[in-house]
Amino acid sequence: MRRWRSSLLFTFMAFGYAFLYVPIFSLIVYSFNESRLVTVWAGFSTKWYGELLNNDQILSAAGLSLRIAVLNATGAVVLGTLAGLVLARFGRFRGRTAFTTLITAPLVMPEVIIGLSLLLMFVAMQNVIGWPDARGMTTITIAHLTFSTAYVTVVIQSRLSQMDVSIEEAALDLGARPAKVFFVITVPVIAPALVAGWLLAFTLSLDDLVIASFVSGPGASTLPMVVYSSVRLGVSPQINALATIIVCIVTVAILIAGFLMHRQEKQRLRL
Amino acid sequence: MMPPPVPSSAPLSPPPGPSSPTLLGYLWRWLLGFPFVVRVRGLAMGTVSWGRAMVTAVPFLWLLLFFGLPFLVVLKISFSQAVIAQPPYTPLVEWLDDGVMTLRLSFQNYLLLAQDSLYWMAYFNSIRIALIATVCCLLIGYPMAYGIAKAKPAFRVPLLMLIILPFWTSFLIRVYAWIGILKNNGLLNNLLIGLGLIDEPINMMHTDFSVLVGIVYSYLPFMVLPLYATLSRMDDSLLEAAADLGCRPGKAFLTITLPLSMPGVIAGSMLVFIPTVGEFVIPDLLGGPDTLMIGKVLWTEFFSNKDWPVASAVAVATLLLLVVPIVYFQKVQEEGAKRAEEARK
Repeated sequence: MRRWRSSLLFTFMAFGYAFLYVPIFSLIVYSFNESRLVTVWAGFSTKWYGELLNNDQILSAAGLSLRIAVLNATGAVVLGTLAGLVLARFGRFRGRTAFTTLITAPLVMPEVIIGLSLLLMFVAMQNVIGWPDARGMTTITIAHLTFSTAYVTVVIQSRLSQMDVSIEEAALDLGARPAKVFFVITVPVIAPALVAGWLLAFTLSLDDLVIASFVSGPGASTLPMVVYSSVRLGVSPQINALATIIVCIVTVAILIAGFLMHRQEKQRLRL
Repeated sequence: MMPPPVPSSAPLSPPPGPSSPTLLGYLWRWLLGFPFVVRVRGLAMGTVSWGRAMVTAVPFLWLLLFFGLPFLVVLKISFSQAVIAQPPYTPLVEWLDDGVMTLRLSFQNYLLLAQDSLYWMAYFNSIRIALIATVCCLLIGYPMAYGIAKAKPAFRVPLLMLIILPFWTSFLIRVYAWIGILKNNGLLNNLLIGLGLIDEPINMMHTDFSVLVGIVYSYLPFMVLPLYATLSRMDDSLLEAAADLGCRPGKAFLTITLPLSMPGVIAGSMLVFIPTVGEFVIPDLLGGPDTLMIGKVLWTEFFSNKDWPVASAVAVATLLLLVVPIVYFQKVQEEGAKRAEEARK
């Protein structure tokens, strides 16, 4: 009976993981396909990688996306840490409900609405105060910061509320200024959450098509925008090659992160 | 030791705004005043200080400016009319020559939304697809989360990593992968024909089915993670007690595990349902011309028809539709946080 149930559970899990990974593997396999047709195997080839690396449009879009993602991740960690501090440490205050709502609403807000509303506001601001005078990298970064801050806040807030507050209190009792307590004690303790938040914001920004499409202007195309327009025209093996590169980078990054976390955990157990 | 609590009657420092109780004055006082009256704990800044106020004000003002205010702009534009101009809508407020202000609200966009069956169909279809997708995610995700929670501790982190990994790769590219699988001459049809199960390809692309597959695939991690979080926190001794008292495992699952995992079920369902209603990329790439979903309608109104006011009205109506689940979601989140806080004490 027990055996039967656990093998049923195993089947469900195998099915679930296959569902998650078969599409990704099919992308990788067909990126090495000689043929332009993505579904007909015509022999091994790496020519699509060569074409991808010579595709200036994709490369410059990737450059723009990376710059936006770095700026966004850094800003979102700063804003998210402040917001996380407020939610985890400041207790009840007037406006807390409004604050929480503003922080968590972007998590569930449909992207088309965030994109449209920000674009309309940028246009209105341009008419009233003359800024932003052109839409592009700046407006995309602001838009990404607004929604990725919410995710970073959740990550950092949960780390802050798990943290032992008595060490902060001890430092305050010993006369350290709050800012010093924050930088000398709190930041090192929550450092893993800061890194996780940074990576999360980086990925969210690199991944976003809808919001960037709304708030971008002529001449500023991010990587997802270029990928989207080429996918709309039909299946292209270059996109498969790009997907393979992304999957490789992510896998390596996750393995390194897993290894570091494992080592840290071991060290902590030894102490 | 707790730092000395700040008396709740600590005097508000005079706000820099006008001190007479004008509307603006209240706004200033509210914006700048609220961080001062707080109970203090942990890295609380000891005394009432500007540091505290700044820490609160920076993210608050940012979100107010770039998240709250844009909704007011959308609301405003939804009451104007499309014109060929820059910007392409009529102003609501106009100053006439003699200093008279006129306010012109147009309800035409909302009338259009109410009268044209296209929009009704789009809303209805979005909710239908989001509901089916949520149920599918739950049916696939629950056993997975349960399995991970019951796995040997050494396997749990790798299994969770495998759930999260697709989430870190490009969403767009993962949706694109399904085109290659579901096409008429795609992998799935080739496989089924190769196995001799079917003679000619089944038309799966550009249907509701392909949209559902894409949505379930993309949002599955959002269902599994909250479910895992509640299932892994569960106290196994309850199940042991039930087994000792002669309860069958199936019944124990239905009467103990399932009710206790409800917070996870609700959080996961909301995380799938709410964004799915407004989803654009999946219905656009995998759906057909008759797959009406509200995100796609909004996109078309804006980018193809260049009708900003109607797009705004569609956005406002979508928000009204989603406000109930969103508020419910936030309430559940708040309660969960509160319970976690109490459990920690």
